[in-house]
Amino acid sequence: MAGSVTLNLRVPVPADPIPSAAALDDDMILSVEDLRISFALGRRRTFEAVRGVSFTIRRGETLALVGESGSGKSVTAMTIMRLTEYDGAQIAGGRIRMRMKSGTVEDITRLPEARVERLRGSEISIVFQDPMSSLNPVFRVGDQIAEGIIRHQGKSRPEARAMALNMLKLVRVPDAERRMDHYPHQLSGGMRQRVMIAMALACRPSLMILDEPTTALDVTIQAQILDLVRTLQQEIGMSVLFITHDMGVVAEIADRVCVMLKGKIVESGTVEQIFNHAQHGYTQALIAAVPRLGSMADKDEPEPFPMVVYSAGGAAA
Amino acid sequence: MSSPTSARKSQDLARPLVEVRDLVTRFDLRAGLMGRVAGRVHAVEGVSFDIVPGETLALVGESGCGKSTVARSIMQLEKPTSGSIRYGGVELLGGSRHDVLRFRREAQMVFQDPFSSLNPRMTIARTLMDPMRVHRLGTTAELRARAAELLARVDLPPEHLDRFPHAFSGGQRQRICIARALALDPKLIIADEAVASLDVTIQAQVINLLMDLQRERSIAILFISHDMAVVERMAHRVAVMYLGEIVEIGDRRSVFTSPQHPYTRKLLSTVPVADPARRPTTRNLMTEEIPSAVRPPDFVPIKRPMRQVSPTHWVRESD
Repeated sequence: MAGSVTLNLRVPVPADPIPSAAALDDDMILSVEDLRISFALGRRRTFEAVRGVSFTIRRGETLALVGESGSGKSVTAMTIMRLTEYDGAQIAGGRIRMRMKSGTVEDITRLPEARVERLRGSEISIVFQDPMSSLNPVFRVGDQIAEGIIRHQGKSRPEARAMALNMLKLVRVPDAERRMDHYPHQLSGGMRQRVMIAMALACRPSLMILDEPTTALDVTIQAQILDLVRTLQQEIGMSVLFITHDMGVVAEIADRVCVMLKGKIVESGTVEQIFNHAQHGYTQALIAAVPRLGSMADKDEPEPFPMVVYSAGGAAA
Repeated sequence: MSSPTSARKSQDLARPLVEVRDLVTRFDLRAGLMGRVAGRVHAVEGVSFDIVPGETLALVGESGCGKSTVARSIMQLEKPTSGSIRYGGVELLGGSRHDVLRFRREAQMVFQDPFSSLNPRMTIARTLMDPMRVHRLGTTAELRARAAELLARVDLPPEHLDRFPHAFSGGQRQRICIARALALDPKLIIADEAVASLDVTIQAQVINLLMDLQRERSIAILFISHDMAVVERMAHRVAVMYLGEIVEIGDRRSVFTSPQHPYTRKLLSTVPVADPARRPTTRNLMTEEIPSAVRPPDFVPIKRPMRQVSPTHWVRESD
């Protein structure tokens, strides 16, 4: 995977958010450049859900894409997997460059469907919010994990099942041998999400996208899954694109943060910069809205949340 | 007065609006041809608490702990196995139809999902007027005027009266649900994870609105939530539920500053901290799961006593 051979143009790369048009830095996995995505509403009308978004992800880095419902964060993530075109979306502009395991850099927006299919799971994988609807209810979870391994790595079924078992152990599913033969309904929400992560990891992708992976889970289970993602990253050093609306989760998991509002990135920076010196009013409003445990320790009576309303955004409906 | 159930301050002598005592709600699981009882879900097991007017009692816990079943039992949407639920001093379980109707008018519920709790075929005007019409509170013109007032109270313009739910965002819908709950001038609002599906900024607005309304009309709120950080902001008292039981109950300040029960401490430790400098390394709770509340039919629950920590704070003995 030490792929840095093909691109030796080495044009000096300008400061972070907008990467150079030519070369991709050696340790960059993904570079999204001025991405525009629009949906057809009628024959003439279109809606631009993503309006010129740029960001990069380095090897082993966790980038959080933060925003509220409708900000375009999930559409961005799904487009990286080229999944939005099934919902009538069109990539109206920009490109998504990805460094493949082979070391070559490809523009995902221009790949033919057959290539994209090979890329899903093996180069990039995605974990969705609701593990119950992303697992097939009529297949055993072990077989569902093995399926990707058979398809992408050409392993035999017994080999793939052995690898699937290792994946379940990697994501700390207790009693993994027995769980292999369980159906999704026999597992709890947290266990299902672990299975989804195991499936996403099965072909060792260089980038894992987690789209609100803990929103449907209980708080203690959310803490477990965040712990797991952190640990896995240390163990196998993959890059993570973490989509969330919860600044509390961002503080726990991200290295860098991009804040999205109405299809645009309004602010980006390291997690410390964002939390300690947020520049944009919307970022400040998002951070202010997070309830902070312990903020009421010296008060007897309840108190309303301090409202920092970002008015230009219209989020205050 | 000082019992595990009540009083945020010992001098607080307001008469409780709701008194729940030893509430037990179990669901039979049947199996086989004869439909014999194969097991029972012990959803609620001996829950007791009071709520006084103008007070928010937060019921916190994770999925399956029985917090929603408590709410549904109070609202008479489930039939409790045993126990007592008194409202304004009147027993509701096995009570007269008249008493239950009065209670239904004065107690309203706000549910988690504002998408499925509004009828998509009804205009907002009709949604808000229906409860008032059922209880015969005026002529159509009067009710419409009142609906417009309600909408204004939750900060939505009256022009929205003739729109349908699909035209609104999640936060706006939840405001409409709150307006509907207010239509009958309730004394008790049960909010079951009412802000859980909203974006954080919208969540803060909806909670501030609930707190305003409470102050204005001294409504009692039973606030059901899994989010400790939200609860810390808005609750006067907190009851922590685990496997159908209240394991800790007390005034918000002492439960949050000196949690006694191991489960309360665990809940508090898992709240994400919005400060990257205080990022936890790991919490060592890698795979622990919440145990099941399904028991064999002959299961007899163990009753553990509650221990008093302070005049307003009680904890269940754990082993």
